[in-house]
Amino acid sequence: MTTNVSHGEHHHSHHFDSAEHEYSSDKEGLWLFMVTEILMFGGLFVAYAIFHSIYPEMFSEGASHLDWRMGFINTLVLITSSLTMALGIFYNQQNQPKKAFWNLIATILLGCCFLVIKYLEYSGKFHHGIYPGRFLDMAVVNPVHQNLGLYFGLYFCMTGLHGIHVVIGMSLIGWVAVRTYKGHFNSHYYTPVEGVGIFWHIVDLIWIFLFPLLYLVG
Amino acid sequence: MFWLSPAHAQTFMPTAASDIAGDVDNLYSFLLISSFISCVILIGGMIYFVYKYRRKSPNDKTPRITHNNFLEFLWSFIPLVIFMVIFAWGWKVYHDMRSMPENGLEIHVTGKQWAWEIQYKSGVTTSNEVVVPIDTDVKLIMTSRDVLHSFYVPSFRIKQDVIPGRYTTLWFNSNKLGEFHIFCTEYCGTSHSGMIGKLRVVTREDYDKWLEQESKFSTLPIAERGAKLFQNKACASCHSVVDSSVRVGPALYQKFGKQQITSAGEVTVDEEYLRESILNPNAKIVKGFNPNIMPSFQGQLNEAELLAIIEYIKGLK
Amino acid sequence: MGTAAHGSNSNVNYLNEFKGIKSWLLSLDHKRIGLMYMISILTFFFVGGIMALLIRYELFAPGKQLLSPDQYNQVMTYHGAMMVFMVIVPGIPAILGNFFLPLQIGAADVAFPKLNLASWYVFMFGAAIAISTFFSTKVDTGWTFYTPYSIKTGTAVVAMVLAAFVMGMSSILTGLNFIVTVHKLRAPGMTMFKVPLFVWAIYSTAILQVIATPVLAITLLLLAAERLFGVGVFDPALGGDPVLFQHFFWFYSHPAVYIMILPAMGIVSELISAFSHKVIFGYKAIAYSSLGIAAVSFIVWGHHMFVSGQSEIAGVLFSFLTMLVGVPTAIKMFNWLATLYRGSVTFYSPMLYALGFLFLFAIGGVTGIMLASMGVDVHFHDTYFVVAHFHYVMVGGTLMALMGGFYYWFPKMFGKMVDDRLARMTFVLIFIGFNVTFFPQFILGAMGMPRRYFDYIAPYESLNKISTMGSWLIASGFLLSLYAMIKALKSGEKAPSNPWGAKTLEWQTSSPPPHFNFDKKPTVTGGPYDY
Repeated sequence: MTTNVSHGEHHHSHHFDSAEHEYSSDKEGLWLFMVTEILMFGGLFVAYAIFHSIYPEMFSEGASHLDWRMGFINTLVLITSSLTMALGIFYNQQNQPKKAFWNLIATILLGCCFLVIKYLEYSGKFHHGIYPGRFLDMAVVNPVHQNLGLYFGLYFCMTGLHGIHVVIGMSLIGWVAVRTYKGHFNSHYYTPVEGVGIFWHIVDLIWIFLFPLLYLVG
Repeated sequence: MFWLSPAHAQTFMPTAASDIAGDVDNLYSFLLISSFISCVILIGGMIYFVYKYRRKSPNDKTPRITHNNFLEFLWSFIPLVIFMVIFAWGWKVYHDMRSMPENGLEIHVTGKQWAWEIQYKSGVTTSNEVVVPIDTDVKLIMTSRDVLHSFYVPSFRIKQDVIPGRYTTLWFNSNKLGEFHIFCTEYCGTSHSGMIGKLRVVTREDYDKWLEQESKFSTLPIAERGAKLFQNKACASCHSVVDSSVRVGPALYQKFGKQQITSAGEVTVDEEYLRESILNPNAKIVKGFNPNIMPSFQGQLNEAELLAIIEYIKGLK
Repeated sequence: MGTAAHGSNSNVNYLNEFKGIKSWLLSLDHKRIGLMYMISILTFFFVGGIMALLIRYELFAPGKQLLSPDQYNQVMTYHGAMMVFMVIVPGIPAILGNFFLPLQIGAADVAFPKLNLASWYVFMFGAAIAISTFFSTKVDTGWTFYTPYSIKTGTAVVAMVLAAFVMGMSSILTGLNFIVTVHKLRAPGMTMFKVPLFVWAIYSTAILQVIATPVLAITLLLLAAERLFGVGVFDPALGGDPVLFQHFFWFYSHPAVYIMILPAMGIVSELISAFSHKVIFGYKAIAYSSLGIAAVSFIVWGHHMFVSGQSEIAGVLFSFLTMLVGVPTAIKMFNWLATLYRGSVTFYSPMLYALGFLFLFAIGGVTGIMLASMGVDVHFHDTYFVVAHFHYVMVGGTLMALMGGFYYWFPKMFGKMVDDRLARMTFVLIFIGFNVTFFPQFILGAMGMPRRYFDYIAPYESLNKISTMGSWLIASGFLLSLYAMIKALKSGEKAPSNPWGAKTLEWQTSSPPPHFNFDKKPTVTGGPYDY
């Protein structure tokens, strides 16, 4: 049944004319997928905007419970990881799989770093009785705004969904790192690395919006 | 406005009992007629063409007509104009529906699973029954206790969702005496279809009389309120209260405190059993009677009313 | 179509080249994947159809017939959810789109065959979750999952919502695959304005799938989070807004309506042209109107909410924009009529279904305009008028076109001819049954009977009885169809490569096509409807 008819180095499937043809198609597919990712988070941003306009005080109270320094460090971590990810693609394009491999590993480690900081933030919140929505411990938190739970509902949904994407991104990077190590990629064929890279940049980009909206704007 | 509306609308639409209902029916008649004409053009044209141009021989040559800008402009533009008329007309009617009267009679409505609670300014409360005077602007201020409901009176052609946590409003001015249905049109669970109320339009005098009676009612001793509810809910048509004769259901005369053999064994007729039998009649059927005869009153009686009825049954000695 | 391509005359084709269950379950061939979708979707359609019969049976008379109110609400929910998420949304694109989109543009496969197979598995996984809820506490929210009822009810809403999420993902992946296929894999010489109109329709649909479905995904995730963690976004008790859910939901679900109907319009364009043996009238107008409908469909969602408590000005905007959707729809109707003009019309079963589509869609369309008119919609909203309207569009439109498409392409898909006399009988049964079932519901709605009602008051009884009897006719029509198709598979005449004398590319290869569709890559010089 199948389909992959290999022509030497470039794996191009039978129904494409050439490797370039396949590459441009893959890339279009990837970008379309990114559009769906952005639209999905878009729904959350719309919910944020609506409730921010209804309860501005609630958002500033919520933001005051967050530590902007943690968020800032995480922003730096992710920006750096975007750089290492880009280098991972670059070295694959340059036929230097070893360098590419170590850059991808660095990206994964930075992703771990992000998650550890996120974990510290979450556990700190839980420790102070800050849970989403109706689970927010009113007695412990003693909020000024009675709907503060809603702010943290949004906070945990937005950062949680983003966190899930970070985990998915890290496993995808792990996968292309292994393939890089095995020497599957070269200057003619690096579509999977580039695809995963685009995904990772989008995940970073979403964080770059989340950070000011949740920690700073308030 | 159209011959169709007075002559036939009655059979297709419920009685129009307000001026706005008349406006809606006029728009509806216009829509019906223009839709009918459009369908005749489209479907009739189709039938005419397929008959006239059916294949005559296997070698029919068909002309190569790819487009015709003038025609295409016409059949985009003409529908657009018609649609804009319909839009503007619909907007006008909608605007009238949404413009609340300044000094209307205000009534509070609370939807809950599965009944409407009505509260008048004077403190009178009723369940599933709205009584209003004729030719008066009435404004309903509505909210819900639990999930979404929707307050719909077909005869007035009005409808508004009832939302927990906020107020929505609705107004009408009825020009016909009579009793009209209130339906819930936003799906709300098990007895969604049983959440039916009635809206009675009465003369001003009857309204005042009714209001006075009802205000007395709320200060009656609870057993007497129970007696009235027992009548209102038509319990008496199945359950005898003056002797032990069996009607559709078992008699309630001198029943309280006695033992009773039921489908679930022997029970004592106490408050708990009566309550259960009103809300969930099939739970313990009295021996000799069939299940699924008595309807459940779940959602039709509030706690105070239940208590009143039970108190009344207690007193049947 | 002026082309040099011809299918092989050998007896090897995509159906018999590989054998065994694995050759199907692991197939990357778009045709086989299309058939796998066909079997699964037809199964779901059968189950959803039984639910419909149960609903109609329960409504045969006032009071309880067979189901308790809770059971009725569950059956009503599963009928809606299955028919929408598991039958009509994926129906035409995943079955016929998968099979014929690459054939019609002269490609050997879709752009991402592995992704295509994965989409089927994702779809089946979602379907399995949805069906599994039926064996736990079931779901009774209606297919729309309106909050706060869906937050409060004690049924398996989370699992159902996740099922819809997973199936949405499959829909996104299919759409994405089709967009890239249309952009990148058209045969040499086939410009965008030489692709068949079915391709245009599937392409517009794919855009909708990719753009609208993510919003449904996040809405459903938020609803699940609401139930699991009580986040409060839709819960008025926590400061959230239950009506926001409706905005989110319809932002997807209104475009979804066009995800359901656009592919049907594509099929009808093919059928009308093929059976009038005449070039389609206003090719560009039809193609652009598909895109136009797709674009405007994103900004009309509020017309589902005229009585929800949204502001008057919002209602006015949405009503106005909804009227605009009527225009491209009217254009299509008139173009189809103009195609019939001076044609050479034959009445094989696919054409009957196409004409049935025009008939029913005309009624569905004009009643849609009535509902878009705010003043009247307040009365009709959430009554049987709406139920009748969307069944005229979804069943009278989409399912009629799907049946027409099946009978039209059956010879190509399986290499066998269907007994057309039998097929025409199925049309008569379904068409009459459909009108008997749903036309009375317009009147019921005008009389004020609300939808999702387990029970009703006495004046509605006689029309409900007629409607229920109609449902039995429809059911017999579909069963007869099943029989006709099974009979054709077993003992149908062998189909020639182009039994209808149509001009699009799929008819240039053998019936059934070989594994890679064309023995020699076709080159296109003319348009798709050069009769």
